[in-house]
Amino acid sequence: MFARPGLPSFDYRQAHSLEEATHLLNEYGKDARLMMGGTDLFPGLREDVYRPRVVLDVKQIPSLRQITFDPEVGLSLGAAATMNEIARHPTIQRDYPLLAQAAATVASYQIRNRATIGGNLCNASPCADTAPAALVLEAELDLYGPQGTRRVPAREFFVGPGQTVLQPAELMTTIRFPLPTSTGAARYLKLGRCKSGDLSLVGVAVHGQPDGTASGYRFRIGLGSVGPVPFRALEAEAILANDAPGEEAFARAAETAMAAATPITDVRGTADYQRAMVRTLTLRALREVWTQLDKGMRV
Amino acid sequence: MTTHSIVVTVNGDDERLEVPSNMTLLQMLRDKLALTGTKNGCEAGECGACTVLVDGEPVNSCMMLAVEADGRNILTVEGLAAEGELSPLQQAFVEHNAVQCGFCTPGMLMTTTALLQRNPHPTEDEIKDALVGNLCRCTGYVRIIQAVQSAADKGRG
Repeated sequence: MFARPGLPSFDYRQAHSLEEATHLLNEYGKDARLMMGGTDLFPGLREDVYRPRVVLDVKQIPSLRQITFDPEVGLSLGAAATMNEIARHPTIQRDYPLLAQAAATVASYQIRNRATIGGNLCNASPCADTAPAALVLEAELDLYGPQGTRRVPAREFFVGPGQTVLQPAELMTTIRFPLPTSTGAARYLKLGRCKSGDLSLVGVAVHGQPDGTASGYRFRIGLGSVGPVPFRALEAEAILANDAPGEEAFARAAETAMAAATPITDVRGTADYQRAMVRTLTLRALREVWTQLDKGMRV
Repeated sequence: MTTHSIVVTVNGDDERLEVPSNMTLLQMLRDKLALTGTKNGCEAGECGACTVLVDGEPVNSCMMLAVEADGRNILTVEGLAAEGELSPLQQAFVEHNAVQCGFCTPGMLMTTTALLQRNPHPTEDEIKDALVGNLCRCTGYVRIIQAVQSAADKGRG
């Protein structure tokens, strides 16, 4: 037998439609916990963070599995799309490389076969790797509940660590990314305690494109792991909308991004270290994006 | 707690099983089917000792429920050797002494079997990337990587 006790007792249920899912969520209330890949749920069950009577698996709902690209509208990811499905999708690699990069940095290959983008966002860990990408790509999230579907911008979704605007009987169904600009460039830089496989100490996503700003460019900067929620470094972005791109503006923006970060000291690193790394990685990501923009190519 | 009737293919054999809701795929393999080649290491999806292939893709079996395996095709380390003959990758592990204590080996084999199926000629970095989720605490990674390279060079996953 096992040295460790396995998972605590619960009843496993599957929902096969969104209506059935919200019906069951209403019926069981706080006793139910949603599941897709289970990669955050299982550790939570084993560590007694959650004690649901019912684990409700929704990943077999057909619409949650779909990845579609509409040249008029953009990319739609079903919430149960896995990290590997996202990372290796040819259209995502070509038109949304930031998203493919972010998905590919999550944990290990085995975990990425199970972990889903919807789960990554809904668990609302400050270090969720897909969150900075969703923020700078200005994703919108479809939330389905008893009153139907509402659409929420990614920047309004996160409320606190593990907390979102999701209501009790709601679930995320689709993550929508607007059409990419053909002249844009982006980069996600993740720092962990080791080269890969770890949760991020700092995650920085930068997207840049030519725009009608004073500087001629619009940069968007998303930061993960360095605050209660993943967030946009808006003051740093404002500097880059005004000042001509280059080392001076990038250094000021990186300094400003660092000032916006409010990390906490934990087992993975001290707050001071994480702050310093926000500056370093923001600067590095801005330089890389600028090099791509300068070359007129996207990576 | 509810139980579920499932039909799952394990190493080519169809199994009809009654599994409780909270049973993991790992527990099903070890306790129900006595397939103890798949190891229970961390039970947290970190160490990869419990890696099996589900429909050809590596998954931590401690992080998947048995009931979720209904209708799926599972391959464990016991299924690698056809007719008692080691798979070419297993043979390469033996030839390169890529086994020390052996606890991580089944997981290493399953992960790299899947790697060579999707990428028959991986670079050293690609092998390392694929093995991020498989820990060896004897730290025998070099020989494991050499074994995978050797199997790939010979075109024999």
